[in-house]
Amino acid sequence: MALLEVNNLSAFYGPIQALKGISFSLEEGSVTTILGANGAGKTTTLRSLCGMVRTEGSVAYLGDEISGKPTEQIVSAGVAHVPEGRGTFTRVTTEENLLLGSYTRRDKQAMKEDLETVYTYFPRLKERRDQQAGTLSGGEQQMLAVGRALMLRPKLMLLDEPSFGLAPLIVEELFGILKRINEQQKVSMLLVEQNATLALNLADHAYLLETGNVVISGTSDEIAADETVRRSYLGY
Amino acid sequence: MASLDQQAPASRANPADSYELYGVKLPALRMWAILIGIFLALVLPLVVSNFAVFQMTQVLVYAIAVLGLNLLTGYNGQFSLGHSAFYALGAYTAAIMIDRYDFALYWTIIPAGIICFIGGFLFGLPALRLDGLYLALATFALAVATPQLLKYEHFEEFTGGVQGIDVFKPDSPVEWLNADQFLYYFVLFCGVLLIIGAWNLVRGRTGRAMIAIRDNPIAAKTMGINTSLYKSTTFGVSGAYTGMAGALGAIVAEYVAPDSFTFFLAVWFLVGMVVGGLASIPAAIAGGIFILYMPNVSEWVIAQFFGNDPSAKALIWVAFGLFLIFTVYVVPNGLAGLIRRFVVMFARRPGE
Amino acid sequence: MDLFLQQTLDGLATGAIYASLALAVVMIYQAIDHFNFAQGEMAMFSTFVAWQLIAWGMPFWFAFLICLVLSFIGGMLIERIVFAPIHDAPVLSHIVVFIALTLIFNALAGFIWDFTIKEFPSPFPAKLPFETNLIGPHELGVVVITLFMLGLIYVFFRFTSVGLAMRAAAANPISAALVGISVKKMLALGWGLAALVGAVAGMMIAPKVYLEPNMMLGILLYGFAGAVVGGLTSPGGAVIGGFLMGVLENLAGTYVIGSELKLTFALVVIVAVLLFKPAGLFGRVVVQRV
Repeated sequence: MALLEVNNLSAFYGPIQALKGISFSLEEGSVTTILGANGAGKTTTLRSLCGMVRTEGSVAYLGDEISGKPTEQIVSAGVAHVPEGRGTFTRVTTEENLLLGSYTRRDKQAMKEDLETVYTYFPRLKERRDQQAGTLSGGEQQMLAVGRALMLRPKLMLLDEPSFGLAPLIVEELFGILKRINEQQKVSMLLVEQNATLALNLADHAYLLETGNVVISGTSDEIAADETVRRSYLGY
Repeated sequence: MASLDQQAPASRANPADSYELYGVKLPALRMWAILIGIFLALVLPLVVSNFAVFQMTQVLVYAIAVLGLNLLTGYNGQFSLGHSAFYALGAYTAAIMIDRYDFALYWTIIPAGIICFIGGFLFGLPALRLDGLYLALATFALAVATPQLLKYEHFEEFTGGVQGIDVFKPDSPVEWLNADQFLYYFVLFCGVLLIIGAWNLVRGRTGRAMIAIRDNPIAAKTMGINTSLYKSTTFGVSGAYTGMAGALGAIVAEYVAPDSFTFFLAVWFLVGMVVGGLASIPAAIAGGIFILYMPNVSEWVIAQFFGNDPSAKALIWVAFGLFLIFTVYVVPNGLAGLIRRFVVMFARRPGE
Repeated sequence: MDLFLQQTLDGLATGAIYASLALAVVMIYQAIDHFNFAQGEMAMFSTFVAWQLIAWGMPFWFAFLICLVLSFIGGMLIERIVFAPIHDAPVLSHIVVFIALTLIFNALAGFIWDFTIKEFPSPFPAKLPFETNLIGPHELGVVVITLFMLGLIYVFFRFTSVGLAMRAAAANPISAALVGISVKKMLALGWGLAALVGAVAGMMIAPKVYLEPNMMLGILLYGFAGAVVGGLTSPGGAVIGGFLMGVLENLAGTYVIGSELKLTFALVVIVAVLLFKPAGLFGRVVVQRV
């Protein structure tokens, strides 16, 4: 059974249809990336999985239908969403942000351990644990957002343009950590990225979205080698 | 053979004019509604009791006050919970001029209007920096503070303190109308002038600028509209209208006293505007009618259940409140919007 | 000097009331970006409920606690039933509904308990345990109770996970949903808490101003002034603002304007602060992106 099975998913912003019946699936343990230009529907896809937009069609997570369920329920089931723009709670501390990530959990001891795990992955966050989160740099806030998602002990992590607005060195560091998280914590990832090279490097599988439709899918090696993709999205 | 000039000429002013409702063309319907309204307004006072005439006069006064508020909130988007203050200012201006300075009673509406325009404009200046909710808060404060201000002992010489000032209804200068009737026609005359004034204001460039500022103040500015000047001026005009209503109201009620002008009066006006319908001039009249008659009707209904228990009368306000909530949920555009919706639903082009 | 101290301390007592109402206003403002104009009438209604319980023979503190519970539940219900459906409606709709609530509570109180003035008992002993003419026993009690309540609330928000969740939901509802917080529940809780705080304020001030349906309007105005002065984005600031307004009201009343223009004073403070320092003493200016 696939971790996530999406079938004929359409998404609507009011009368506007942003996704036109897309289908894809994710295997446990994999890293999948959704590529595409602005407005293709990448963020909408992630939002649809979390119940944040009006949808039609089916989304099955671990065999259970989650489309139409409220966001809080989907999150409790182990789907963590690192939103576009980080979504930091700016007025509370770094550590409070992380603790909020584990809001739905009851296992205090495991939560403590996970906090330490997050600090191991992101030592800079540990340095700044009592600092107001709004004062962190962009890169640190992105790490905080990922750390907060990790605190859920998710099975699936959705990441929306994690590289956005960050310096290349920071992005490299971040993506390296993401790889480690995927391997060590067994967290499956669905990554939305405009930076196709980075994304294809990290991911095993890829889908290309164009105006609400999936136009190409395959392993990341296949996609990287694809002529059209190279020309339009990889720049060579 | 049909030729172009044999077809019904399309109305250049408004394509909706070619629609009809139950076989009657819309412009004709509008015409009839206005004519019937005018007929009733002119003829009814001659046949009903004095008390009813008094009530009709009050309806007109409230309608003008609501119209003032609507100009500010409905057309220009500035919220005011404080129009009771302007009403009070106009009322006291009239009362003081009549009582202390022997000013000719019927002319007091003019100085009341001028003073309230200035007051409104001056309040509108700081209001420029306050938006939406903050302006509501500031005007709320104004309304709550007004009665106490009117009772202030150092102003007592002018305001008559807690007792207020009595105004005596003048006798009718015309033989065939009694005092109440003449007063009614006078208020009607003022009301019609003011409505025509508002109608012109709203239909013209000023009105379009006001509405543009309401809907998108930043875009309005980029189009070269001097938003500050328009907003303050609208506040002034709005204050003037409600103030003139206050002056008329003072004459009709025959006295002014601080506790007539509480925050709850501002609520009356807000209710009248919301129930009648925002950004609509006829709605003001509907609002005025509602303000006056809804308490009476509710009182009657409540009396059926509770007899004449005075605290049962308080239930009227509960009904008012529920009515307001109902309006917001179900009929957010008020009675005017309801009528519009009805027309839109049922109007057809001839032959459809 | 004695007079100054007396007036200041007495001002702190009324300031405690204003601080409570200011806190309630700011809590709701932070959660839904709207002013609860009905906060005063809700508090008044709660106070009447307490009065009724006491009239039926319940001891004061028992009635006090029951009243708090009922107010909390009432606040939550009002949020769920009245405000949840219009969450995304325009500002004017909210203002109208708040005003409607004001009318309803005011009239219901008048209907159930009529408009005559009633005495509300003070739970504090008639004499202080120590000699002083600087502050009365009731006033001291009000300050102590209020500070205790504010302290509890501070601890709640700062150190419990629900408090943290409420702060998160108010600050960033989308991110809050993404960590599994039910924003709806947090809103209801926030309203319940605000109603509870208001009830305390009502029950504390009623012995001084006598209980009647119109008792809270002027007090609410001062609560708003306190919130504005302290900063609408800062609960702590609102509390300080409330205390400040209490003291200023008394000092201005004693030395400057006499006791008859107090509401005008509040009006002037509100308008002046909104014009010249809209963020208040402790708030932040919200920049509006064009």
